[in-house]
Amino acid sequence: MAAITSDFSSTPVLPKWTVPILLLAFAYGIVPLIGSSYLFEAILLPFLALGLAGVGLNILTGYAGQVSLGSAAFMAAGAFAAYNFNLRIEGLPLIGSIVLAGIVAAAIGILFGLPSLRLKGFYLAVSTLAAQFFVQWALTKFSWFSNNSASGVIDAPRLSISGFALDGAVGRYLFALTIVTVLTFLAHRLVTSQTGRNFIAIRDNETAARIIGIPVLKTKLLAFAISSFIIGVAGVIWAFAYLRTVEPDGFDLDRSFQILFIIIIGGLASIRGAFFGAALIVVFPLALSRLGGFLLGDVFDSGVLDMSQRIVLGALIILFLILEPDGLVALWDRTRRRLLFAWQST
Amino acid sequence: MTFLSTIKAAALSAAMIVSVALPAAHADEQYFPLQSYRVGPYAAGGTGFFGGFIDYLNLINIRDGGVNGVKLTWDECETQYEVERGVECYERQKSHAGAAAWNPLSVGIAYAMIDRITADKVPLITVNHGRTDSTDGRVFPYVFPLLLNPYSETSGIVNYIASKEGGIDKLKGKKIVVLYHGSPYGKETIPIYELLAQKYGFTVQQIEVPHPGNEQQSQWLTIRRAKPDFVVLRGWGVMNPVALKTAVKVGYPVDHIVGNVWSNSEEDVIPAGDAAKGYTAITTQASGNSYPVVQEIVKTVYGAGKGNLEDKSRIGSVYHNLGIVNGILNVEAIRVAQEKFGHRTLTGDEVRWGFEHLKLDPAKVEALGAKDLFHSINVSWDNHEGEGYVTFQQWDGKKWNVVSDWIAPDWALLRPIIEKSAEAYAAEKGIKLRTADDANAVTTN
Repeated sequence: MAAITSDFSSTPVLPKWTVPILLLAFAYGIVPLIGSSYLFEAILLPFLALGLAGVGLNILTGYAGQVSLGSAAFMAAGAFAAYNFNLRIEGLPLIGSIVLAGIVAAAIGILFGLPSLRLKGFYLAVSTLAAQFFVQWALTKFSWFSNNSASGVIDAPRLSISGFALDGAVGRYLFALTIVTVLTFLAHRLVTSQTGRNFIAIRDNETAARIIGIPVLKTKLLAFAISSFIIGVAGVIWAFAYLRTVEPDGFDLDRSFQILFIIIIGGLASIRGAFFGAALIVVFPLALSRLGGFLLGDVFDSGVLDMSQRIVLGALIILFLILEPDGLVALWDRTRRRLLFAWQST
Repeated sequence: MTFLSTIKAAALSAAMIVSVALPAAHADEQYFPLQSYRVGPYAAGGTGFFGGFIDYLNLINIRDGGVNGVKLTWDECETQYEVERGVECYERQKSHAGAAAWNPLSVGIAYAMIDRITADKVPLITVNHGRTDSTDGRVFPYVFPLLLNPYSETSGIVNYIASKEGGIDKLKGKKIVVLYHGSPYGKETIPIYELLAQKYGFTVQQIEVPHPGNEQQSQWLTIRRAKPDFVVLRGWGVMNPVALKTAVKVGYPVDHIVGNVWSNSEEDVIPAGDAAKGYTAITTQASGNSYPVVQEIVKTVYGAGKGNLEDKSRIGSVYHNLGIVNGILNVEAIRVAQEKFGHRTLTGDEVRWGFEHLKLDPAKVEALGAKDLFHSINVSWDNHEGEGYVTFQQWDGKKWNVVSDWIAPDWALLRPIIEKSAEAYAAEKGIKLRTADDANAVTTN
């Protein structure tokens, strides 16, 4: 069993799972104690939701090579499905409605993945746009989905798991963190399994994959299903844990692009990359905006500041992509190797 | 080089964390967190409204030295009318001490804030818009759709159309098309139009224009086929001038289009040029700069070089005047609360009490220099709208002219519907209905 992401550093100092375990220990043990409500509500919750969506899209685009612009639609499908399961099935536990929501998103993913059997690259991307517009249209058109709410906005239900309320900022953070951890772990197992290698084979050369006996049709649809499942659950986190309210417009094409940028900037075909990318996309604009407001808030009004932040952000992303086209993951790995090297040579 | 940029990013985030710790407010300051929007498709509304609001707060600070000596402060956080940004701004600004009230001017953001502000006990003002059933103070103690909630607005528009047709009984058999903005704000009135149509015997067809609404050819072709007696334009931002221009293109008479309260500004009609001539729209606050309070702002605030509008010709425009009226309502609520709790920085809950006792009759409005700018308001603990009056204005190509008296919406008709919706919300969320005694229990620190 050869590892897919081969690590060339010849000196395995610590087992591979050390860093994730330490990170998790920090996230569960330390962050809830020291974090402010701003940290949870404005940074960590959107980071977790978008990071998970990035993991989902990375399975489809990064590993299986199928470009999709419908991520926001699958998020919306997950969010609205979870809302409706929770509302309409008495006594269904929260976890149950989340899993069912993921399955609904997966089903929609398979449906809109069908064109991938004939289409590739940009053509496939355009056809997944259909998912984006169709889902948003359906959610707006049929008010049943939003329980006939006058304005089409749904309120998230109370979060509780076996009677234990998770409505506070920390509770919602732990709820989101747990789901993200479990799904990320499963995604990691998936991409290092035979199925994951099938994905990569199809991405790298579909004809060759077919010749060595990989069922291309089944594998592509499986990639769509798994990816949509994860993105759907990310939508539930976005709706239930982060914003606590949802309107279909919150899942527009911009969100799909945002998720695509997350995996491009973070690093394609990398689970960690999705989280690196999400961190950059979520935190960096906030950091810029706060820095701008802090330094120049008295001089310019918020409109001018916001415009200049966009310019700075855009320029930095272009610069970054030129200097590091393989994404933050490559940057991280190189930095780590250099540090290790420096440490060894002393 | 790439390593450098990592360090840069780290430094930036460190700077951010430092700036989280904002300095605490002075003992005698009252703070307004402004979730404004000055860029994006709705910037015209945002700059006008927040410009007027800030101008009025400045007027109170410069002319009176604050409210009974308590200085008003504020800062702005750009939302671009987007919900996530609004939530981020909320979390950012709420750490500032002495917050009086939130005024996001966005239904989507307001919806996302309801749970949060209720937990934090700070009022949320959605002047002329918002969630209709938040009018019911028994269920929504901290939400105030002041002056005009969407249902009252709808009732006012239907009453106006009836008066044009010669009486409410003449509505029978008429056909009205509602062209609405594809957003929570736009959809809010769908059920009430259906209900009024049933009650008065007219037919209604409601057509959505997807956000932001810069392409409406197919909608207007549908309207041409439907041949309605009136079209109600429930637009926002760029959707409005496009609607008026497209109406001319398909040959629909503009004087049979009635705009709602977010389709009634100069920014909506000027870009449409001649297509807007004869267009009528509802408003709660007349446009123009002849009102004493607007004159004082020109003299005191703009005279001192502290005016907020870059384009001086927008002084006295509909959005600017709405911002001023919103300023008056916020400041007077603080004044009411100060009379009860003392001339000091108030808690959010004390300001909530102030809003619930905000009663400005026409005489008081005149004393504030706002006679004819808006009519009156009468908020109580269970009626958070406050029975605002509406009027209609027609665009003559250069300015808005008032073409009706102050009209009262049919509150008695609407109240049971609002209560039913609010009670359903309370049941869904497990909220206990508030009583008058609960409303008088105020958290003072």
